[in-house]
Amino acid sequence: MLEVRALTKRFGGFVALNGVDLHVGAGERLGLIGPNGSGKTTMINCISGALYNDEGSINFEGRDITRLAPHLRTRLGVARSFQIPRPFRSMTVLENLRVPLEYAAWNRAEHRHITDEAMAVLESIGLQHCAHQNSAGLTQVDMRKLELARALAAKPRLLVSDEAMAGLSSAEVDEIIEILLALNKRGVAVIMIEHIMRAVMRFSQRIIVLDAGEKIAEGTPDEIVRNPDVERAYLGE
Amino acid sequence: MFHDKADVVFWGALAAVLLAGFAFTQVVANEYYYTAVYAILQAMMMAVAWNILGGFTGYVNFGSAGFFAVGAYTSIALGKTFGADFPLPLMIIAAGLVGGLIGLGLGYLTLRLKGVYFSIATLAMAIVFETLMTNWSFVGGARGAYILTPETHLWFNSYIEMLFMVMLLLTLGSVAVSRALVRSRLGRGLAAIRDDELAAECAGVPTLKLKLISATVMGAMMGVAGAPYPYFVTFVDPASAFSLFVAVNAIAMPMIGGTAHWIGPVIGALLVGSAQQVITVTVSSALNVLFVGIMLVLFISLAPQGIVGLARKYWGRKP
Amino acid sequence: MDLFVNAIVAGILLGAFYASVSVGLSITFGQLDIVNIAHPAFIVVGSYIAWILNSSFGLDPVLGGIIVAPLFFVAGVLIYRIYYAAFERTGQESLSGLAFFFGVMFIIEVVLILVYGVDYRLVTADYLGKNIDLGFVGLPLRLVVPFVVASLMTGGVWLYLSRTFTGRAILAVAQDRLALQLMGADPVRVKQLAFGLAIATTAIAGSLLIIIGPVEPSLGRAYIGRAFAIVVLGGMGSIPGMVIAALLIGVLESFVSSFAGPSWAPAVAFGALLLTLAVRPSGLFGRA
Repeated sequence: MLEVRALTKRFGGFVALNGVDLHVGAGERLGLIGPNGSGKTTMINCISGALYNDEGSINFEGRDITRLAPHLRTRLGVARSFQIPRPFRSMTVLENLRVPLEYAAWNRAEHRHITDEAMAVLESIGLQHCAHQNSAGLTQVDMRKLELARALAAKPRLLVSDEAMAGLSSAEVDEIIEILLALNKRGVAVIMIEHIMRAVMRFSQRIIVLDAGEKIAEGTPDEIVRNPDVERAYLGE
Repeated sequence: MFHDKADVVFWGALAAVLLAGFAFTQVVANEYYYTAVYAILQAMMMAVAWNILGGFTGYVNFGSAGFFAVGAYTSIALGKTFGADFPLPLMIIAAGLVGGLIGLGLGYLTLRLKGVYFSIATLAMAIVFETLMTNWSFVGGARGAYILTPETHLWFNSYIEMLFMVMLLLTLGSVAVSRALVRSRLGRGLAAIRDDELAAECAGVPTLKLKLISATVMGAMMGVAGAPYPYFVTFVDPASAFSLFVAVNAIAMPMIGGTAHWIGPVIGALLVGSAQQVITVTVSSALNVLFVGIMLVLFISLAPQGIVGLARKYWGRKP
Repeated sequence: MDLFVNAIVAGILLGAFYASVSVGLSITFGQLDIVNIAHPAFIVVGSYIAWILNSSFGLDPVLGGIIVAPLFFVAGVLIYRIYYAAFERTGQESLSGLAFFFGVMFIIEVVLILVYGVDYRLVTADYLGKNIDLGFVGLPLRLVVPFVVASLMTGGVWLYLSRTFTGRAILAVAQDRLALQLMGADPVRVKQLAFGLAIATTAIAGSLLIIIGPVEPSLGRAYIGRAFAIVVLGGMGSIPGMVIAALLIGVLESFVSSFAGPSWAPAVAFGALLLTLAVRPSGLFGRA
């Protein structure tokens, strides 16, 4: 459903992504890993539209979205969560979810029952107890969940989760994985960017490895684990 | 219109104020009071307008005087072209259109950039228009224009009383619009933009479109606020119309009252405006101007959430 | 032809002065991302101090500016500390920071009006009113002296920023706080220093302003557009770019003044600013 071809992005003289291909099938679970600075977040930014790529193309469900504005991509069904949570600080948790429901998912949502739909999303992710709390005062874990909840509220068909689990405890990591698996069961494709290997291994059907802006490996979790290039990229020569 | 109890209270209050204003005109004859309250209402409308782009959307307009003056000069230009009997309501509409167009144009040029550039551009716009008006002799140029008070004042005792009611109506209308806006889906989108523009964009909010709408509404409202001004002062020159004082008040009143809530600019205008009237009468009008500046800096540094913010903190509602 | 050449020359002389006006803003806005809209107001204060020293003690304005510069430096440091405590530390820079300096600018202007009134003030010095005549071109000394001092000051600041450790720290602090800290320099102190330096330049620029012509409290406002236009047009963070932009604007204004009339001059810089923002916001030489 998502076809990224020969994506290239430069920042001045620095090449962040160099001709990377990536594709995700409908309902698939793709893991995207690589050492720091390999271009994972840049790739996500280009897919979501926060950045525009210099070369290459991005197609979503047959449609060329390469130059489409970010808010239009979200409306089409591509949602992302941010690595560092960016809640709408003047709003409560519930109000935070109204925004994607009223905008990204406007055509797919029940206009008169937005609040109910928002509560439903909160329940699915376990945040209903702080629905009316201001979003700026949440714990780290809850902030991460809110990030995901906001992406879920956009009713996406493809969700990109950008390091949602960094710094969380083992139990919390499992919580998030369960949420994403449940989402995937409902037919939503997920790209997971993570450094926590056991999460990626457990979650992904297929993994792509980036290093210094290039794709160095692609395959099932088992294949990737045994791949010497991947080992070299992470551990050095 | 009447979704809940709060709506009933709001519209009831509005109607009450309007009636009170009308009663005022039947009872009070001293012109001073009308000029004083008109000035406060005008400042309130400017503050409410400013807050739509400033407090609700997060983009600071330094050139409020520009929009205001353009509204005033639209009135003057229409008066000179079609005669002094050109109906005020039409002038108001025209001023609103012109103000809105300028807001849209300026927004289109600069709202795609960082907020800072927009702010500087608003200052630039104000000076460019001031220069244009200074060089346009049709509306008086640098020497200014004298405006004759029209004959008709409907069922009121004097022209200033009618003007006062017009301004009261316009101001109440602007407050109603501002409140409706912030409670609407559009308003929630604007709040998202203010809180985090990138996150808003990725949540599906068409940020550029909403910012342009916000700027257009602000520009139109400010133009409308300026439309009756020539009739209020009877002499308009670029220096007074484009005065920095108007611009500072437009920023200071919402910031002092509280930018996040629609009632903030109203409170700010009432408090600061009244204080200014008192200072002008008791001390001097120049000191007045200093007063606003100092209050602005103090509030920004110490209480950036304004009076509404302070009230929320002390009465324990959500921050 | 005569008029043409004179316009260019006047434009260049004025442009150099504009560079001295803008170099401080280039530091605060271009490097530190602090929108000090009150910058020109400080320049006007500098002019008034130069006037006071000149009319009371007969001190040459340039000398007066140089003497007062250290005081302005201290004032700059203090103001930055307030700004930092109130805004930068809490991350509220954008909206409130802008409005803060707007308020400061306003207060300065109003205090000047209250204390000195709205009359124009000027300085007296030997060289005012004299010209250097080179054939058909007349160089008024009231423009030449500022040209020389401005060039020296701008050049001095540029050398300081590019050659000394602290100067380079200032250039670096905008780009990489962490690296700076790792090198043992405290970012807050560096910014403090930079802001102080920027305000110090306004003392000298102010003394030049009052040499060029009479000054009154609201004169600063006309320079807001010029200063920001020059910094943005030149490219944020590029002092050489800023100088070129300053010369360009100086010449452009001079032409408009000569051929369309001086009442159009204020619109030139602001118009240039709007154009730059609309077409190429990174300016001529700026980092994108």
